[in-house]
Amino acid sequence: MIPSQAPIPLSEEFAKGLWRENPVFVQVLGMCPMLAVTNSAVNALTMGAATAFVLVASSLIVSLLRGRIPKQVRISTYIVIIATFVTVADFTILALAPVVHKALGAFIPLIVVNCLILGRQEAFASRNTTRRALADAGGMAAGFAFALLCLGSLREILGSGSLFGYPLFGPSFEPWIIMLLPPGGFLMLGVILLFFNAMAVRRHKRREPSRKAAA
Amino acid sequence: MTTAPLVRRESASAFKLVSTLGLTALLSGIAIASVYEVTRATIAEHRARTLRESVFDVLPGAARMEPLPFAAASGDSAIAGDDVAYAAYDAEDRLVGYALRGEGPGYQDTIELLAGYDPAGARLTGMRVLDSRETPGLGDKIYKDAGFVGAFRDLDVEGGIQLTKGGAEASNEVDAITGATISSRAVVGILNRSLARWRPLLDAREATP
Repeated sequence: MIPSQAPIPLSEEFAKGLWRENPVFVQVLGMCPMLAVTNSAVNALTMGAATAFVLVASSLIVSLLRGRIPKQVRISTYIVIIATFVTVADFTILALAPVVHKALGAFIPLIVVNCLILGRQEAFASRNTTRRALADAGGMAAGFAFALLCLGSLREILGSGSLFGYPLFGPSFEPWIIMLLPPGGFLMLGVILLFFNAMAVRRHKRREPSRKAAA
Repeated sequence: MTTAPLVRRESASAFKLVSTLGLTALLSGIAIASVYEVTRATIAEHRARTLRESVFDVLPGAARMEPLPFAAASGDSAIAGDDVAYAAYDAEDRLVGYALRGEGPGYQDTIELLAGYDPAGARLTGMRVLDSRETPGLGDKIYKDAGFVGAFRDLDVEGGIQLTKGGAEASNEVDAITGATISSRAVVGILNRSLARWRPLLDAREATP
């Protein structure tokens, strides 16, 4: 049997993806869609929602099939499952929001190769109960969508002077076009990662003195 | 003691491997086919509506349209392609003009556009970019800049459209967008090629009602 462990509450399983193990800011996974489609908040949000759907649905199926998939073909089976949900999401977005589908272009089919999704199947969903897998997938998906939305909003505000298409500044605002171009994605991501690392360092430092005092 | 659920068998038979993959693929196929069937009508409707809106946009006053395949219109299968123009009619069923589809390389990727052509006046009535991946903020002005798009409304095409760098004077001149010369040139090039292909045909149709 597995060594006995205090069971982690489901809420914690969900919350870890949002912040402590955020797929983008901490694990630095899924960089390709992260940089490619975050030039506006709407694109980022749609990408986040599509990825969330694929991640949660795949985790559900993979955790239900846990123990039934032979080890040798597990990766190929996961990929077929993921690809199915990606295609479903692709058709659905094309039917419901053709304009957004046009903007996201090739990046919807490319969700298949988002290492975040396959990673969660292999590392979590295939080894945990369905409820845990769903909580984990939901948290990771929310964390990923949150990160995309952060980057997308900042780039849209600086690069187009608008948010969700609504202009924020007067006509005198000169948009930073570079923020909409690929280098802008790297620059903004760098700034955000810097912020997250600085926060982590500060938290760490604050903890140190109290530990010394206790000793 | 039974094995823990986490421990999977080390080896599975070849049949098990094949049947697992086969079954997964089968279920996947069924799922995709059903979603495709459900969404197909909506997607086709969107496409048709977008096309109709674009045709009516480049041909002001149009109320009805019908496709005009190049092959049928030219009656010459040697030069026939599978491209299609759209003849647009107003509410009284008079011909407003033709919407011509054209495409060609832009700065980043293929630009696809639709132009409204009025054979009676030998002029363009409008231009609309259907698909492009030009640089945001610069090249995308070919459809976001009202001045540039507006220049193709009522534009003389006799002798071809000319691109100028500021100060367009003649009735067939269009000002290039500052910072997006390549994209502007691409649009004018696509329009000129498309007109060269279709004009003889459409003008002949105009002459023999």
